[in-house]
Amino acid sequence: MSTIILTVAILFAELLLGAALCVACWRLLKGPRAQDRVLALDSLYLTAMLLFLTFGISSGQTLYFEAALVIGLLSFVSTAALAKFLMRGEVIE
Amino acid sequence: MSSFDAVPVWAALLVGACLVIGAAITLAGTIGLARFGTFYQRIHAPTLGSSFGTGFVLLASMLFFSVTETRPVLHELLILVFVIVTTPVTLMLLARAALYRDRAEGNDVFPEPAAPPDGAGPEQNEPPR
Amino acid sequence: MRRVLAHPLLWLALFAMWLLLARSLAPGQMLLAAIVASIGSWAASAVEAPQPRLRRPGLVVKLVGRVLADIVVSNIAVLKLALGRREPRSKFVAIPLELRDPNGLAVLASIITATPGSAWINYNARTDTVLVHVLDTEDGDAWGQALKRTYESLLLEIFR
Repeated sequence: MSTIILTVAILFAELLLGAALCVACWRLLKGPRAQDRVLALDSLYLTAMLLFLTFGISSGQTLYFEAALVIGLLSFVSTAALAKFLMRGEVIE
Repeated sequence: MSSFDAVPVWAALLVGACLVIGAAITLAGTIGLARFGTFYQRIHAPTLGSSFGTGFVLLASMLFFSVTETRPVLHELLILVFVIVTTPVTLMLLARAALYRDRAEGNDVFPEPAAPPDGAGPEQNEPPR
Repeated sequence: MRRVLAHPLLWLALFAMWLLLARSLAPGQMLLAAIVASIGSWAASAVEAPQPRLRRPGLVVKLVGRVLADIVVSNIAVLKLALGRREPRSKFVAIPLELRDPNGLAVLASIITATPGSAWINYNARTDTVLVHVLDTEDGDAWGQALKRTYESLLLEIFR
């Protein structure tokens, strides 16, 4: 019983998160300006992190947790660097 | 797909519900990102995913591993704390960068008040781009 | 030694982080966690991070409760806007602040941005005015006044 519930719920959650990835990708491609693309990239990172956590539950391994943590860290660093770049046009002053 | 027969039914229901709710909220956030008309409206949308979307998915993960490993698994809290601390910082940086770019292009969405305002500055909606 | 223990809250947070990452409470991991926390705390005092001075720690609980309640309400409101047909009535609101403490301002900025319905755009240190973008409100001034009443008064009491 619980196998059926969890399998269906995980599949459904993965589909929803996959759809969220596609919608964020659409905004990433459409723009219209650079800041819109960076914002879309940030939510792309977040959705990918949640997708990894869902994979972790479906596989029962804690390995995916580390991957999710690394994605979260990268998301912060890259978005901060890109925002800095938009501000001045160069990352290192 | 592994078998989850060791998981009690109540836990399976709870984990499944949290997962689906969290994923749905994240999807709603990205839909907002796609639908809102201006950048300053769009900057509100991903916060949905980073507040409740992440919260529900992490709750599901914590519940699941606590039940299957029969000991409290709390390291997901690290991701939660990390996301809560970093999201406002990145969004603020991005909003300031956007404002700076708009002002540099003379496309002033909200003019800097010259003197300390007594109350609030002039209200205006951002013109559609 | 005083520099190592200059930031006790940061020290505790780093210690807890290491133990959570290592997923054990073995004495060896505790020792490593203490070393990592001490290095981090020393680094923070080396870059002269402003030391938060909490005058009324009891009020922090009240603040956290209020923020959580607001995030729930705001999540539902933004969810409706993202999926519904109504056009959001978004406004820029300039709010003059009495709060000057940098840590208090950082907390206020994080609260405003973490709530989905509002985003902190810019702070003008010359005029002590903050520019906030509100996704959906009828009266921007009333929104700013409510923010000053609920959060700024609390933060003024916590950080003096």
